[in-house]
Amino acid sequence: MGNGNCLDLSFAATETEASVGIAQLSKGLEAQGLPPHKASDVKIALAEAINNVVEHAYAGVTPAKVRVHCRLHQNWLDILISDTGTPLPGFRVPHGVPAPLGSTLDELPEGGFGWFLIHELTSDIRYEHRNGCNRLSLRFDFPNPTA
Amino acid sequence: MALTSKITDTTQIITVHSDRIDAAMAIQFKEDMRNEAEGGAPRVVLDLTGVEFIDSSGLGAIVASMKQLGSDRRLDLAGLHPFVEKVFRLTRMDTVFNLYPTLDDALAPSAE
Repeated sequence: MGNGNCLDLSFAATETEASVGIAQLSKGLEAQGLPPHKASDVKIALAEAINNVVEHAYAGVTPAKVRVHCRLHQNWLDILISDTGTPLPGFRVPHGVPAPLGSTLDELPEGGFGWFLIHELTSDIRYEHRNGCNRLSLRFDFPNPTA
Repeated sequence: MALTSKITDTTQIITVHSDRIDAAMAIQFKEDMRNEAEGGAPRVVLDLTGVEFIDSSGLGAIVASMKQLGSDRRLDLAGLHPFVEKVFRLTRMDTVFNLYPTLDDALAPSAE
């Protein structure tokens, strides 16, 4: 797997299309040999990152496409997610602070877990905004799959 | 999103008939839970045996469903797929809900 196996998918940035796209991508990655012990981490982070694009980058603007490019190597996986929506605040990856659970039923958070999960499950996160395009790169390491 | 429910004296079992609870169905799930649980037993067990995938929106919808029940009723979760359990553990929501590996475990006399 010198340069790795590629998997590309693009779909309209709606919740329904994203739901189908996330399922297709994770199935495709497993078929290409993503180690099963890593598959759930990848699916959770991928889903949160794509949902962020649908819910935030394209909020209040006409939704266009979400493009996902995956490259699976022997010991790591790179995923590039790009869109033409609003840039991330401050052109930076948000911090992955978990939502506090609070002390009463009413205080329990119903959201704010997305970036925390992405930080928790990836080995590296990079973001750039170039030519009107958001490019978020997620890397997942899985050293010594046969060890 | 399809939910079905069964009520005994003290427990209502609500079963989710979908392989995922995600952003695309979170709002509908929350609404369906409100309708399904209305006027039911003090303890509600949500049977997630068929659910293989959940994202943070789905998790939020389950939290919202518990809030909707108010403080006199309780929402327990049963039949968590390893994937679903992982999302609860990472977000520490496993400390908020009673989680049971199977529906039978949730209905065992010791669980009530």
